[in-house]
Amino acid sequence: MAKYLLLKHYRGAPAPANDVSMDKWTPEEISAHMQYMRDFADRLEGTGEFVDGQALAPEGTWVRYDGEGRPPVTDGPFAETKDLIAGWMVIDVDTYERAVELAGELSAAPGAGGKPIHEWLELRPFYGVSPTITE
Amino acid sequence: MTAPMDEALLRSLTPKVLGILVRRGADFAAAEDAVQEALVKALSAWPADPPRDPKGWLVTVAWNRFLDAARADTARRRREDSIGTERGSPSDHVTEPEPVSAVDDTLQLYFLCAHPSLTPSSAVALTLRAVGGLTTRQIAQAYLVPEATMAQRISRAKRTVSGVRFDQPGDVATVLRVLYLVFNEGYSGDVDLAAEAIRLTRQLAAAIDHPEVAGLLALMLLHHARRVSRTASDGSLVPLAAQDRGRWDTVSIAEGVAILQAALARDRLGEFQAQAAIAALHADAPSAEETDWTQIVEWYDELARLTDSPVVRLNRAVAVGEADGPHAGLAALAKLDDSLPRHTAVAAYLHERAGDPATAAKLYADAARQAPNLAERDHLTRQAARLNTQNH
Repeated sequence: MAKYLLLKHYRGAPAPANDVSMDKWTPEEISAHMQYMRDFADRLEGTGEFVDGQALAPEGTWVRYDGEGRPPVTDGPFAETKDLIAGWMVIDVDTYERAVELAGELSAAPGAGGKPIHEWLELRPFYGVSPTITE
Repeated sequence: MTAPMDEALLRSLTPKVLGILVRRGADFAAAEDAVQEALVKALSAWPADPPRDPKGWLVTVAWNRFLDAARADTARRRREDSIGTERGSPSDHVTEPEPVSAVDDTLQLYFLCAHPSLTPSSAVALTLRAVGGLTTRQIAQAYLVPEATMAQRISRAKRTVSGVRFDQPGDVATVLRVLYLVFNEGYSGDVDLAAEAIRLTRQLAAAIDHPEVAGLLALMLLHHARRVSRTASDGSLVPLAAQDRGRWDTVSIAEGVAILQAALARDRLGEFQAQAAIAALHADAPSAEETDWTQIVEWYDELARLTDSPVVRLNRAVAVGEADGPHAGLAALAKLDDSLPRHTAVAAYLHERAGDPATAAKLYADAARQAPNLAERDHLTRQAARLNTQNH
């Protein structure tokens, strides 16, 4: 009963074993990859562990406050930004070990040549509830 | 004129209605689905048209739902299996009376829903639905997961226990662990899980005479009594020593203490009774300074004997720090594994009390980074900030 975020990076993660960028894959390999992700999410819904999954477009804008009565300042995108999030999945599982097991399975999604990408995924725990009984 | 809906009554009837369906011969999973549908229907129908006999209404609606589902299932199987043998109508397995169980149906449901083959999250979800009468949607909201995910979690849990016989006595300890988990989840969304855990533990205490059930109920009541004083208006955590004791709920405390005393008198001590005894000593103290820390340390010694839990020894170190001074507390802490959750926070507190604010500030900041929830993280960050601004 703990939630974890599985973060997939466009950039910023260590290089995977099967390191071929997606535009070099065959269309069938791309379809097989997408299908794997969908099946994974469906299976987790079936086990009662799925919370959310979304993909993000790579281009983002930086925005900040610029003082009273002034429109916000926008900037970017910055090509040199080191870390770039591609998407996420949120899971709700009984143990940390289960979260690691599922992240490992997701990382086995097929890539070039139909072989697992061995992509590095970042596993981040959510803050839990503050328990009533502490002392 | 629409009367206010008595949802508590509806929910308290849930395990009884489910028990009746199972005794009439429905299997647990199908009966539980039918009762859930009847509950959902009652939630929409009762406000405008309250029934004269709520339990009878629920039994009739749930039973009809069960028969409809069984008929649809039979028809489907006939279609799928056209050369198969003729199946009996649902009424065939309805008329066979089950032997009357010696143990209360409600109690059986508690055992089944907390069966050791279930994971904690499945046991919690199934208990809240089948015993607690909450809807799947309410449970999903309380645990911040999609309704479809929670529905699957519950149906998998039911499949897991499908082979378990309904009339077998279970282990009270597993039921208590599930109820403890529900209570500690506290409050999120529309459903007050702490209040629900107290209601379910009360109902269990009425069904079975067991000192640890009483101990858990007392523990919950004593902690619940302090709930409003645990959080400031901005949502930040207020530690026990700083709580406004005038806001503690004296009715809950009195009830918790009375239940605990009756349980302790039976001389079958268990971990929940020992924890409740500690909570009662806090509840009894007019101020943090006037707390009987020596007795609290003794109860932690009992608790350590009963559970051998490192968390208990950590809490004991805090109590030793209050009873015999911060240096004694630090000495007790030094014997414990420093990777324990909250070990750093306890060390920070004891160092501050021992007159070493610089070390304490650093430890509070470290503890904040390791905090398991936002309320604790923010509290510990504030402690570090308070000491750092005093130091300069």
